[in-house]
Amino acid sequence: MTPIVHQARASYAFIERNLNLVKRYWGWELVWMAYTIANSLAVSYIGAGMEQISGQKVDTHYLILYLVIGTIVWRYLAVIFHAISDMIGWERWEGTIEYTLMAPVPRITHLVGQTFFAIIYSLIHTAGILLATAVFFNLDLRNANLVGTLVLLLAGSLSFIGIGIVAAILPLLFPERGSQMTHLILAVLLFVSGVYYPVTVLPAWLQPLARLSPATYVLEGMRATLLEGAALTTLWPYIWPLLLMGGIAIPLGVRAFQVAERYAKRTGRLKRNG
Amino acid sequence: MDTIALNIQHVSKSFGGGRRWLPRLRGGNGEVRPIVAVSDITLQVRRGEIFGVLGPNGSGKSTLIRLISTLLLPDSGTITVFGHDVVREERAVQRLINRVSVEAAFFKRLSPIENLLYGARLYGLSGDEARRRIHEILRRLDVRADALGKPMEEMSRGMQQKVAIARAFLTAPILLLLDEPTTGLDPRSKREVQAFVRELRDSHDATILLTTHDMEEADALCDRIAIMDEGRIIALDTPTGLKALVHPSNGRVPTLEDVFMQLTGKVLAEEEEIAA
Repeated sequence: MTPIVHQARASYAFIERNLNLVKRYWGWELVWMAYTIANSLAVSYIGAGMEQISGQKVDTHYLILYLVIGTIVWRYLAVIFHAISDMIGWERWEGTIEYTLMAPVPRITHLVGQTFFAIIYSLIHTAGILLATAVFFNLDLRNANLVGTLVLLLAGSLSFIGIGIVAAILPLLFPERGSQMTHLILAVLLFVSGVYYPVTVLPAWLQPLARLSPATYVLEGMRATLLEGAALTTLWPYIWPLLLMGGIAIPLGVRAFQVAERYAKRTGRLKRNG
Repeated sequence: MDTIALNIQHVSKSFGGGRRWLPRLRGGNGEVRPIVAVSDITLQVRRGEIFGVLGPNGSGKSTLIRLISTLLLPDSGTITVFGHDVVREERAVQRLINRVSVEAAFFKRLSPIENLLYGARLYGLSGDEARRRIHEILRRLDVRADALGKPMEEMSRGMQQKVAIARAFLTAPILLLLDEPTTGLDPRSKREVQAFVRELRDSHDATILLTTHDMEEADALCDRIAIMDEGRIIALDTPTGLKALVHPSNGRVPTLEDVFMQLTGKVLAEEEEIAA
């Protein structure tokens, strides 16, 4: 058996295991989907009610679509982030972390399997939200550039995979509360990335932080494609920062994870199950 | 000449220790004494041997198994598995070993088949090959076929432990680390597992390192036994050799339990004398 076949089978082990877990926890998956749909609708209805709230004439359709884009992009990126960052937290909870980490599988193989699953799972999840939102709001996407939208989502995935890998270090090093700590990373990104508002409304000193968040570029690009129908060729200013951030975040995340794993093995932190 | 399957040379491992900053701010020295789990252990296990490690709770048996399993890094000393260093050649070692721990760690909602398929693929087995071996091993371990598709959490502790043993056997390791594998099993299941361990050694050329509290099990299975206490090996010999360390009393042949109690008792007595 060639090493490539061995690694492919090992990567597939994580995909198959996660699919089996989704099947076995189908009730939880339904609850999670209902929760995210309700959340997305609640935010989007702010747009529907803005005329009544402000007493001013506003372009309600534009505002709803602006918020829908925010909820959908955020859900997509957040689901990818959690699917990667929970790879250790979940194993700690199940008590299988030692079994998985003593298998002859390089961490990169482990991450490839986990990432492949995360992207597929997140795309399906996002499609579900989009479908539900379309039922509630009469979304006019005739001018939208859907191919550009997909390209932006995939380019944005890279950085969130890298950030997710870095976040996965927390449950590795802090068995009791590491998983909860990862929420802080996501909360900061949600705050500075202009998910539901333009980043220009943030205080001037916070705006440079928005430029460091990959979500900012995905959101700005998505709004350009869905609201204004921007052509694929005009999206490069949004795509190159995402590719650059992904190109830095993934290798950096993998290296940081390897260092943290070694530290955990030196200090005996793999043993405790949180 | 015998091949050395496992070579442990002067291995030590401590946890904790160092200085804490908060007590230092409050005026203390903040120094925390490390807990010594394994202290200067040296032993060799020959290929095809069933080697037992006996010791009370906290004696360092499981830490030793984790060090061999690449789950912990030693503070000092070296461990090699068939010549591969566990620190420098981690992946090569991982391919040769597997481990059964006292707590049968599984994805509790997944079925035995789903858990075992996951384990098999991690070790590079194809789905078809894995399924064939899974059914063969589980049948050999007397795991009912109707239980294979149900979640692990619906199985008894004994059945879960059998599946854990099957998971380790599935990857055909040439060094198998069994950390109290029969704890929680009923007498019949225990005998089945013990017979399977012997079979594995005899027909699959596996070397087995076994930790146990069960003296009868150690006596029946092991070619040689090391007795550990407070991170150190205090005796190492064949079961017969160990029993010879204890004088027969009332005409009764000493058991391993007598040896164990006498040796660990001696150490404790010596410590009490030093402390006094």
